[in-house]
Amino acid sequence: MSQALNSKSMTIGESGLAVLFAVTAFLCLIGAAKAVDAPFAFHAALGTAASLASVFVILNRYFDRPSALPPQEINGRPNYNLGPVKFSAIMAMFWGIAGFTVGLLIASQLAWPALNFDLQWTSFGRLRPLHTSAVIFAFGGNVLIATSFYVVQKTSRVRLAGDLAPWFVVLGYNFFILIAGTGYLFGVTQSKEYAEPEWYADLWLTIVWVTYLLVFLATLIKRKEPHIFVANWFYLAFIVTIAVLHLGNNPAVPVSVFGSKSYIAWGGVQDAMFQWWYGHNAVGFFLTAGFLAIMYYFIPKRAERPIYSYRLSIIHFWALIFLYIWAGPHHLHYTALPDWAQTLGMTFSIMLWMPSWGGMINGLMTLSGAWDKLRTDPVLRMLVVSVAFYGMSTFEGPMMSIKVVNSLSHYTDWTIGHVHSGALGWVGFVSFGALYCLVPWLWNRKGLYSLKLVNWHFWIATIGIVLYISAMWVSGILQGLMWRAYTSLGFLEYSFIETVEAMHPFYVIRAAGGALFLIGSLIMAYNLWMTVRAGEAEVQSPVALQPAE
Amino acid sequence: MSFWTRHQIFEKNSIVLIVGIFVVIAIGGLVEITPLFYLKSTIEVVDGIRPYTPLELTGRNIYVREGCYLCHSQMIRPLRDEVERYGHFSLAAESMYDHPFQWGSKRTGPDLARVGAKYSDNWHVTHLTNPRSIVPQSVMPGYPFLATTEVDPATIADHLRTSRIVGVPYTDEQIANAVADLKAQADPDDSGADAFAKRYPKAVVRNFDGKGGPPTEMDALIAYLQVLGTLVDFKLYNEKANLR
Repeated sequence: MSQALNSKSMTIGESGLAVLFAVTAFLCLIGAAKAVDAPFAFHAALGTAASLASVFVILNRYFDRPSALPPQEINGRPNYNLGPVKFSAIMAMFWGIAGFTVGLLIASQLAWPALNFDLQWTSFGRLRPLHTSAVIFAFGGNVLIATSFYVVQKTSRVRLAGDLAPWFVVLGYNFFILIAGTGYLFGVTQSKEYAEPEWYADLWLTIVWVTYLLVFLATLIKRKEPHIFVANWFYLAFIVTIAVLHLGNNPAVPVSVFGSKSYIAWGGVQDAMFQWWYGHNAVGFFLTAGFLAIMYYFIPKRAERPIYSYRLSIIHFWALIFLYIWAGPHHLHYTALPDWAQTLGMTFSIMLWMPSWGGMINGLMTLSGAWDKLRTDPVLRMLVVSVAFYGMSTFEGPMMSIKVVNSLSHYTDWTIGHVHSGALGWVGFVSFGALYCLVPWLWNRKGLYSLKLVNWHFWIATIGIVLYISAMWVSGILQGLMWRAYTSLGFLEYSFIETVEAMHPFYVIRAAGGALFLIGSLIMAYNLWMTVRAGEAEVQSPVALQPAE
Repeated sequence: MSFWTRHQIFEKNSIVLIVGIFVVIAIGGLVEITPLFYLKSTIEVVDGIRPYTPLELTGRNIYVREGCYLCHSQMIRPLRDEVERYGHFSLAAESMYDHPFQWGSKRTGPDLARVGAKYSDNWHVTHLTNPRSIVPQSVMPGYPFLATTEVDPATIADHLRTSRIVGVPYTDEQIANAVADLKAQADPDDSGADAFAKRYPKAVVRNFDGKGGPPTEMDALIAYLQVLGTLVDFKLYNEKANLR
């Protein structure tokens, strides 16, 4: 034993990271002591605790591990690093349920405002960013990190690059979520939609995200396959572009380095353009490119069919990422943004319909010759329906970006309905499908605990989505029409509050739809839990067994 | 060599792929964003726009903190019904000192771009404390805690200074007197009220929350709401001069 310890030495990563975290703990402690506002003190204290925990975990892991790091290959087969993937998959399920619950709460607040409780921590204005960030970045982000780390290893036939780096990415990312989410409850926000976290959370995310890019890229570089698999193009575009968007939208000057408040570098019309360049491409690259990558791996895998057209994927990949970036100004139609920019935004948004449907066609047609599986496999059905929702939202989006349509739809619930047909139908379902595939693979199970429960989840959630989006279509169009209704004498027919009152029944229906979606996800969590806990282990040849992480 | 064979350079080389992605995604943003910083027609030339007073800026930060922008836009579109409902369509110049902008994207409640001077201070106090006591059908949350929370004036000069770094033209004098100005605007009897009025032309000095004592968050938020949309005098505004 002592001999083994003697021959063991810390890697540069272990010692370097331990020192860095020790320094960070010290800096955070100073920050907590000198903080000018309570939320900053709280976050700095969290930073101290997390940094100290990291030092402890790194050292503990070093003392427990054998002198050699886990091998790249065992008996000629890649020794995949699945620990971080498992962690992210669990966190995705956790944040998903949390995010859907907060969504249900704020939907109910709009129907029954007493649920705001007149407290600052529970008002709609603070909970809404918590909901959007929890579902997009916490749930969606963890699904993307889990699947990307899984797919890049499998399709490159190598172990994930880095030893501590992948763990740094998944833990660091979830720590960012924690800082951002608790910040919203305290009113720490820079008020840029989907980019609300303040400067220090943004800085931390930058470090984590660059590490994510490096791990992903380094794994691609050492791949054993000559070609980079299609899904990885989309993951790479998603990671690179989100980094660019994050840096472009968020430069800010803090009022004090010991305080949470900052002022954003951009002002007025330029800030608006930066914001929606970011905002729409958070949709385009986080919620589209990233999840298309999931589609390109999990649908062929589950259907046991090759991707329909390789050439279509090449064309739609480049067209999609080129065109998406231009679409931001359609969020600013008829505003004080110059007309030339609005026109560009509308034109490119309409063109975007084509590459979007290119992706949909490629996903759906992959089912050629395997359509019968939809009857027997509810997981595949979920994946395929997600692509159908993708097609529907990417038709609706270009339509809403037409200025004359937008003059009616903008500022109304129609936008909310559109977002949710994409978010619940496309992103939600493709993520659920991917997690249903991934969990048995990761935990070496023959299959899911219950396909019947998947079926229940599918139908309950689908009915929830239909209730949600149809309620929002009706309320949005009704609201838009009421705002512009004139009497025969040429006066505005409705006061604003009459339009608010008219929304009530639809807000109740929407909340009911959200509740069904949440119930579906609870069924899923139970099913996945039982799969891990009680599922039948997959019998594998000894070579494929991997040493404990 | 066909197009498909040539494309293999991207499929077989991750560095080429990442460079290709970067170039392709850079174009749209560059074309749409950069001209906004140098085209003179982007922001109209108008009289009357001034940086927020310390009290208004404090109120604006409360507006941001509470997420008001999630239900209220501050951007009136040049459509007949909006102009009749809310007033003159919004100009880019009116938000040129807004860091961050608050145009919003959703109207669960009405637009607030020109809410200033539309309602009395007293109406705002009652409405913010309990919206349904004054508008029974409203779905807005109540903010009773604003009236009982005092504004901390200690850091306000830092806020002005930071705003100046990002481009808001606060003068040295305005920064040096920020704390005094913050208090003076909420108290007409304050000895500094005259000096304040000189530093911020046309700014309103009132006891916004109707209570004595140091300024509360209610004072600050109402001071902000009451200035919204009031800085430009549209009787004098020459639309033709800014045609774009």
